[in-house]
Amino acid sequence: MFDFLDSGQYDLLGAFWVTVQLTLYSAAGSLIWGTVLAGIRVSPVPLMRGFAAVYVNVVRNTPLTALILGCSLGLSQTLGITLGGDTFKETGFRLAVLGLTAYTGTFVCEALRSGINTVPVGQAEAARALGLSFFQVLTLIVLPQAFRAVIAPLANVLIALTKNTTVAAAIGVAEAALLMKEMIENEAQALFEVFAVFAFGFVVLTLPTGLLLGWAAKRMAVKR
Amino acid sequence: MSGVSVTKDVQDAAGAADDLVVLSNVNKHFGALHVLQNIDLSIARGEVVVVIGPSGSGKSTLCRTINRLETIDSGTITVDGKELPSEGRELARLRADVGMVFQSFNLFAHKTVLQNVMLGQLKVRKTDQAAALEKAKSLLDRVGVGSQADKYPAQLSGGQQQRVAIARALAMDPKVMLFDEPTSALDPEMINEVLEVMQQLAREGMTMVVVTHEMGFARSAANRVVFMADGKIVEEAAPEQFFANPRSDRAKDFLSKILHH
Repeated sequence: MFDFLDSGQYDLLGAFWVTVQLTLYSAAGSLIWGTVLAGIRVSPVPLMRGFAAVYVNVVRNTPLTALILGCSLGLSQTLGITLGGDTFKETGFRLAVLGLTAYTGTFVCEALRSGINTVPVGQAEAARALGLSFFQVLTLIVLPQAFRAVIAPLANVLIALTKNTTVAAAIGVAEAALLMKEMIENEAQALFEVFAVFAFGFVVLTLPTGLLLGWAAKRMAVKR
Repeated sequence: MSGVSVTKDVQDAAGAADDLVVLSNVNKHFGALHVLQNIDLSIARGEVVVVIGPSGSGKSTLCRTINRLETIDSGTITVDGKELPSEGRELARLRADVGMVFQSFNLFAHKTVLQNVMLGQLKVRKTDQAAALEKAKSLLDRVGVGSQADKYPAQLSGGQQQRVAIARALAMDPKVMLFDEPTSALDPEMINEVLEVMQQLAREGMTMVVVTHEMGFARSAANRVVFMADGKIVEEAAPEQFFANPRSDRAKDFLSKILHH
């Protein structure tokens, strides 16, 4: 039934490894970018708050495919930005990470912002009363508590991100979805088996993510 | 308001030269509500001023304007001769010199008791780790919660949390301490343990502004009682004089309701 896997023609693990790499780099990038965005969204400067609000609302409402194609066609092929990639493959991977980070960062930002709202005002007031600066209040007091409150929603974002990496196939990144497309073309007689293999592959990646972070959310919760 | 005389004899006796905190002609509105109306108040170095009054009289707001947790619409506030800066680094520096204790304690929930007391020293005063640790431990011992140092705030009783909050403020070596209804959120049996720490501070000469409903504390620890109602300072007097012989009708009315039951 699954003998097409034994032909040695397809590098299934290699393709999923690229998916994992896309996920990890984009997760790290969007965590950082999303945190910065959240910081800007609650900053005391109205202009900065406005910028972040516009960015978040534009980017999160743009289809990811459009963003990633925009990175490839616009940034790379038109403007010649390669992000330091030497080969087409490398550049494509980096552009995909950029697009995924820009997109997922907005969801991280909004999750964190709702986390910031769970931190009682008194926490920030006490911190300001001690003489901490805005940046210190944010990084030492508010964000650490906000993060603990939003681990579960962030797990959702991470799961969505893992599956969103398949969009990178649109610009030719050799991850799981691109291989799936190739296999569907070549192994049309085993269509459902091909689907099953890839669906299973993604469940293997995302299910532990959800379980692990769900456990972490309970363990790290701030007691009040 | 009619038939109310504002008295300031005690303040005048203290003299203007040694005033640590001076509010002059301070006004603040919450929307249409005029919560602080032409407030003039001077607090001398080492003085303990207790602010009392009915709910909604603006006494908490008054307390919070002194370190600019509440902004003011007009007037000036100076601390140790310097006018309150509007925002930024200067304001942070001034706040470090003004200790504040809140009604709801506001200990940092994700940090241990010890970390709570060390944080300001490390991040604002840039004290080194060892010195900050030593000071935090001795302050926690002083307020009687040394044995709880490694617990998180949620594991402590309200009275213990409030004493930690006092230690946290003291760790900054403040010039003045503000207490915004420090015992109002406490179970009755825990009020005294907090008041005792405050009494001790007062005896040691700390300059204090205390907003409270604890008349016993006002009687025993205050140098001056400030009575507020409807956003105004209605009466200022030494505690024995204020409680035995209030001059304004509003204060008489207030005291008759709280003292005889």
